Amino acid sequence: MFVRFILGFFCVALSHVAYAGVKISHWQTRAGSDVYFVENHDLPIIDIAVNFPAGSARDTKQTSGVAGVTRYLMTLGAAGMNEEDITNQFADIGAVLSGELDVDRAALKLRTLSSEQTKALETFNKILHKPDFPQAVLDREKTRIVAGLKEAETQPESISDKAFMRALYGTHPYGLDGSGELDTVNALKREDLQHFYQTYYTAKSASIALIGDMTETQAREITETISSGLPQTPTVDKLPEVAFPSTSSSQNINHPASQAHILLGYLGIKRGDADYFPLYVGNYILGGGGFVSRLTEEVREKRGLVYSVYSYFMPMGELGPFQIGLQTKKEQAGDALKLVNETVAKFIANGPTEKELKAAKDNITGGFPLRLDSNAEILDYISMIGFYKLPLTYLDDYNKQVSSVTTKQIKEAFKRRIKPENFVSVIVGAQ
Amino acid sequence: MFHKKIKLIFLLLSVFPGFAYAEIQEFKLSNGLKLVVQEDHRSPVVVSQVWYRAGSIDEVNGKTGVAHVLEHMMFKGTKHIPAGQFSRIVAAAGGKENAFTGTDYTCYFQQLEKSNLPLSFKLEADRMTNLIITDEEFAKEIKVVMEERRWRTEDKPQSKVNEQFQATAFTAHPYSRPVVGFMNDLENMTAADAREWYRNWYVPNNATVVVVGDVKTQEVLKLAKQYFGKIKSRKLPERKPQTEPSQIGERRAVVKAPGKLPYLAMGFHTPTLQSSPKTSEQEWEPYALDVLAGVLSGNDSARLNQKLVRETSLAVDVGAGYDSTSRGRESLFELVGTPSEGKTVAELEAALIVEIEKIKTDGVTQKELDRVKAAVIAADVYQRDSMFYQGMQIGQLETMNYSWRLIKEYPEKLKAITSEQIQAVAKKYLVKDNMTIVTLDPQPIDPNAKPAGKPHIH
Repeated sequence: MFVRFILGFFCVALSHVAYAGVKISHWQTRAGSDVYFVENHDLPIIDIAVNFPAGSARDTKQTSGVAGVTRYLMTLGAAGMNEEDITNQFADIGAVLSGELDVDRAALKLRTLSSEQTKALETFNKILHKPDFPQAVLDREKTRIVAGLKEAETQPESISDKAFMRALYGTHPYGLDGSGELDTVNALKREDLQHFYQTYYTAKSASIALIGDMTETQAREITETISSGLPQTPTVDKLPEVAFPSTSSSQNINHPASQAHILLGYLGIKRGDADYFPLYVGNYILGGGGFVSRLTEEVREKRGLVYSVYSYFMPMGELGPFQIGLQTKKEQAGDALKLVNETVAKFIANGPTEKELKAAKDNITGGFPLRLDSNAEILDYISMIGFYKLPLTYLDDYNKQVSSVTTKQIKEAFKRRIKPENFVSVIVGAQ
Repeated sequence: MFHKKIKLIFLLLSVFPGFAYAEIQEFKLSNGLKLVVQEDHRSPVVVSQVWYRAGSIDEVNGKTGVAHVLEHMMFKGTKHIPAGQFSRIVAAAGGKENAFTGTDYTCYFQQLEKSNLPLSFKLEADRMTNLIITDEEFAKEIKVVMEERRWRTEDKPQSKVNEQFQATAFTAHPYSRPVVGFMNDLENMTAADAREWYRNWYVPNNATVVVVGDVKTQEVLKLAKQYFGKIKSRKLPERKPQTEPSQIGERRAVVKAPGKLPYLAMGFHTPTLQSSPKTSEQEWEPYALDVLAGVLSGNDSARLNQKLVRETSLAVDVGAGYDSTSRGRESLFELVGTPSEGKTVAELEAALIVEIEKIKTDGVTQKELDRVKAAVIAADVYQRDSMFYQGMQIGQLETMNYSWRLIKEYPEKLKAITSEQIQAVAKKYLVKDNMTIVTLDPQPIDPNAKPAGKPHIH
């Protein structure tokens, strides 16, 4: 299927919007896990996400990849059940187990019919509480990951992503590749996974999000069980702060692809950042707002140089990237990059117009109900609020915050936070 | 990691105990436009989709990709809306919008707060009949589409395999051609080609409007009449029946591209569901093939992954898929995989054949059948969580010349399939004379190499 534009990127920074229809209950389990619950009986479904500060930023240079392998291996053997048993237990009742991993967070998620919740939760809890990390499975998965890493080393998109994060973050763990490195993955031992699990999958650091066809009493029982079986080890430490690039850097990596893949950017914002709203709304105008952004207008609509060009802020526990990306026929990479740089420089120097700001606000606030029109989406939002400890009123205040942003604030925040003279850039496959 | 194709399983919207679902209703305007409405009052939003029965299947040689190019041009202005304004108007209303083109259709959609449905209808009705394609806008946009092809296909080894796979499996049928079009055809396409396409296919009697959301059906009907009702119908070009000749011997091809891991795609010609089946086989065989795909790769413990990835480590990734519906009434049962390091595509091919032969001789177990059925029952409920997906199902079926009613029948028919029927379709269709295999031969990267293919002339 061929889509006119890839929308994925634009959602990244949108991650907290809500409307009055979502009532979040919040409490803490006896073992110290934070719970965020939305009751909704429209569909006979239960969705649960258990989130841990166990993302790839918990890897070290020597153990790169351990976070991802640990999370995945948890689902491949637990409390004596082998991987086939586990999959079949869920398949027998149509339940779906899934997981996520980003730099900050590791999550295990369960979707089940409410009528099958007892069986589904029984297996889900075994995975959370008693992962076996079977040696034979670890050996096999290491081989698969290494194969994937070798392939990734040859593909322009993964080459550029990896080089960009490394250049931007240097030795900070955000600069590590979540998939690991050939030698570090090969060196992983079963004890490393066990240790990682005991250290980071703790009851005190877990946050649990639930939505669907259950009462609060049921949700309390479910979360008490989940929480009490997790390692009762200390709270996980905060990540180290990130250091800003002090000079610009650029890398050119050769590749025979027909297009050059270009990434450039700088450090952006944290979750809960004081400049979040001016920068988020401003970026919608610069390169976040799909077809109507300045970058798309200049580079794609007016000149036909690219299929996709975007910019985004990825708010994370520590400063996440502010990233601009595009792909273009390699012969015209220089022209396209020049145009992007000019567009960004102009935006930072002058800020947006009042007309642009109004259009951005209209879209963001008017599109508010669309962000939360399914249980799956609401689950992701309450997971995010819980994991980053954002205020519960955050959702209710969101549109107000967006509406109060001024052109002056945007211009001032971009000038103060985004330094093009220190941008990090990576170009794979230019001529 | 390496899955190639999203498999759509069509599942029912019927009544689940205690949870009443609104019925789907359909209407036909006097100009031939079809309207299908599903009320869903869980959130104050609406999904509005306009489906045209115009996809790459309707293209001719030399003009491949024109359906998709026209989709891009549909955002470039009408008599009433200047170029570039369509997206701004939708954005100002807080909407999300996009469009996509497939082999069988082109679909345009907006997701909006519910009071904005009239805006969607107004804009869609306008560009159904008033589109202006200028040479200037076309010249810019065709470059965008060529960049899209480079990004999606030229530089992605598995996409190139899939393109070659379709071209090898189909010789006469238009499913042999890529939706995005061949680069040469894009380079030589003109604004006149896009205009011709628009004139031929963008008429109310070739369109289905699907609305899902917090709406009242009768009000949607009234709005549809108001905005789309006055557009005149036009006679459509004749569509010739196109049938792929029977395959009479296995076919093979190799694709070379920069990369590290090889890849194998194996496929067999299979039937699809018919709108009016003439024999009992025509009725049940597609369901049996669908269950077979589930037994082979419906979950991580299904046969292929369990055997070839987990137990023998022959592959790092493997899967099977089958689409029981298509407008062209042609389908392929596909098996794909990536061999582990030190293993070859030939070994993987042999192992996949062994699994197919096991089905033929031993059938499948009751437990395996039960799991496919449990997945069907659950997915039936889960998909209710997405209005967009519900609209997709309705629009696809209608555009492929089935009825949305198939959504309701599908699970029951699927659940009735037996092990013997699965054996029967495996024996009948998954045979060597009916097989196409395309493999990826990964090439080491020479940083100084120029892109393959003929040089581009400007």
